[in-house]
Amino acid sequence: MKLLEHQAKSQFRSVGVECPMGRLAHTPQEAAEAATELGAVVIKAQVPIGGRGKAGGVKLARTPEEAHAAAAQILGMDIRGFTVPTVLCEQALDIARELYCGVALDRDRRCLVVMLSFAGGMEIEEVAETAPEKIAKLWPDPFAGPQAFEIRQLALDALAAVGGDQTIPKSSLLAQLVPLVQRLYSLSQRLDATLCEVNPLVITGAGRLIAGDGKIEIDQSAEFRHHDLVRELGDDQGAGSSGEDPLEVEAKRRGLTYVHLGGTIGVVGNGAGLVMNTLDLVKQHGGEPANFLDIGGGAKAEVVRKALEMVLLDPQVKGIFVNIFGGITRGDEVATGLVAARDELHITVPLVVRMTGTREAEGRQILEAAGITPAVSAPEAASKIVELTSGGSR
Amino acid sequence: MSILLNRDSKVVVQGMTGSEGTFHTQQMLEFGTQVVAGVSPGKGGGRHLGLPVFDSVAEAVGATGANVAAVFVPPPFAADAIMEGSAAGVDLVVCITELIPVNDMIRARAMIGRRGTRLVGPNCPGLMSPGDHAKVGIIPNQNGYPGHVGLVSRSGTLTYEMMQALSQSGYGQSTAVGIGGDPVLGLSFSDVLELFARDPETELVVMAGEIGGADEERAAELIGRGYPKPVVGFISGRTAPPGKRMGHAGAIISGNTGSATSKVEALEAAGVRVADTIEQIVDLVRDRIGVAPTRA
Repeated sequence: MKLLEHQAKSQFRSVGVECPMGRLAHTPQEAAEAATELGAVVIKAQVPIGGRGKAGGVKLARTPEEAHAAAAQILGMDIRGFTVPTVLCEQALDIARELYCGVALDRDRRCLVVMLSFAGGMEIEEVAETAPEKIAKLWPDPFAGPQAFEIRQLALDALAAVGGDQTIPKSSLLAQLVPLVQRLYSLSQRLDATLCEVNPLVITGAGRLIAGDGKIEIDQSAEFRHHDLVRELGDDQGAGSSGEDPLEVEAKRRGLTYVHLGGTIGVVGNGAGLVMNTLDLVKQHGGEPANFLDIGGGAKAEVVRKALEMVLLDPQVKGIFVNIFGGITRGDEVATGLVAARDELHITVPLVVRMTGTREAEGRQILEAAGITPAVSAPEAASKIVELTSGGSR
Repeated sequence: MSILLNRDSKVVVQGMTGSEGTFHTQQMLEFGTQVVAGVSPGKGGGRHLGLPVFDSVAEAVGATGANVAAVFVPPPFAADAIMEGSAAGVDLVVCITELIPVNDMIRARAMIGRRGTRLVGPNCPGLMSPGDHAKVGIIPNQNGYPGHVGLVSRSGTLTYEMMQALSQSGYGQSTAVGIGGDPVLGLSFSDVLELFARDPETELVVMAGEIGGADEERAAELIGRGYPKPVVGFISGRTAPPGKRMGHAGAIISGNTGSATSKVEALEAAGVRVADTIEQIVDLVRDRIGVAPTRA
């Protein structure tokens, strides 16, 4: 789960990472009130996606009137598919310098990495691409966490990467960074976050470190340990504002692993790798897959039915390709399930089934008898479904 | 004859009394694997499937000499089970469990790394050495056939498909290893490639990757530095959009890393021929090591 900026900041505050004074506003009036209380404010769209500034979702307002006008513009705005439900009105900071400071998953090293860079404010992937030498990294011991001396070294490395900039107050920076990094790291552990970043981490004119913006992502596989928090944050984000694809939301509700892809050929298979490969085959034969749907290892008849039902919720779907590898599951069992599902769901679009493995011959017979096209090889099935769905209407 | 697992391997199954543990232990026994014990904390002293059940892996190892642990334990307890196996002194832990929290895996991996224990998985189908009648995990018994192709893959069912396609064309496997679909894994492609390089029974390696991470690129670097055996590659997820998790927790293109194109290019630059379909994998294997003896 991705936290919104204000949600991330309330987590930062809970561990003692300083953030600007701010108020959440749902209306232009509330934004004006915030400006009356806080003075000059920055009005920021609360959407779980980067690049808000470029999209016009962040505006400076010096007066309550300006805050009202800015909020009126931003609320309800569409930012890359996300409708802005609320804005965060924060006291404008006196910015001397912007840093990046984050804890993230390093897949290559299979551990967490703490990154610090003086190229703050930019997306870290962009810095990693254009100027990787500007990012200093620390891989803490997973049991001990980052030690003070390691964090000082990280800061010195980041400073050296910008040529030991004399305008940066070194001793105050080191003194503030050590607890800040330790707090961020412990927050990442407490929340099971795979990303916990402050960007920009602002050095104010007075030399204080303040979190200008932040991102937190909680590991989906660890959400069971954070039920209450995840529910609370989810309710707070509100239905519809999450920007998730409605079909994917529905699939999640039904407990299915589904990704909406926008084409016309529905794809169902067992196993993530096999389904990805099936999508590739459809594309290789000139078709456009409508979705990814993995029914998992041991394909059961009931799951096959639920999957077909889900695929058909997408009105774009003109045909379905079912690709099943029968390992432990028997082909005849899957075939029986498929025929029943087709009849119960009154499926009229072309259905091409490729199955292989245990008792595939029996399975194929059942399919043929019921008028479903069985295919021996996956490429043959892909070409068949593309042929059956091209040109013709539903 | 094989890597990681052979006819002498003695396997203890953690979570053997659960439904998955029971079913797959039966399958492993049918295949010929030497399963010697099960572990279910609190159920020690009993028997299940004709095997002794212990309260801890340490007890099981002490009593039976088990040197491989198979983990069929639910996600909240799986990382602990991996560490327990390692602490009990087994050489290899194979973790089938899916959806283990990433932070748990980071710690488990660090802990077992200090002890030098090898880990296959998590979120994997396990491994099979058909010629040794040994398998640990959930690969269907009928898909393996003894031979000289080393297979390493991130996927489950796709691995079974490849094994079946290779077996039906007469290309058996020395060992097939499913390394898993998670972002934080035990053995990497490179680790397994190094083991196959030293295995006299392995003539050629088929390496099947997918989108996400940079393990395939690292393996390509290893192969590019000079690998003693031919390698045939395969990458799935060529049509996957960025930012979407394609079933496996690790199958996601984030920013500029993890695309299929980058992996295919890295492998081809290292001299690996990359197949577009499973059928083509068989053709490329034939190109490299010749026509296989007819399957019995």
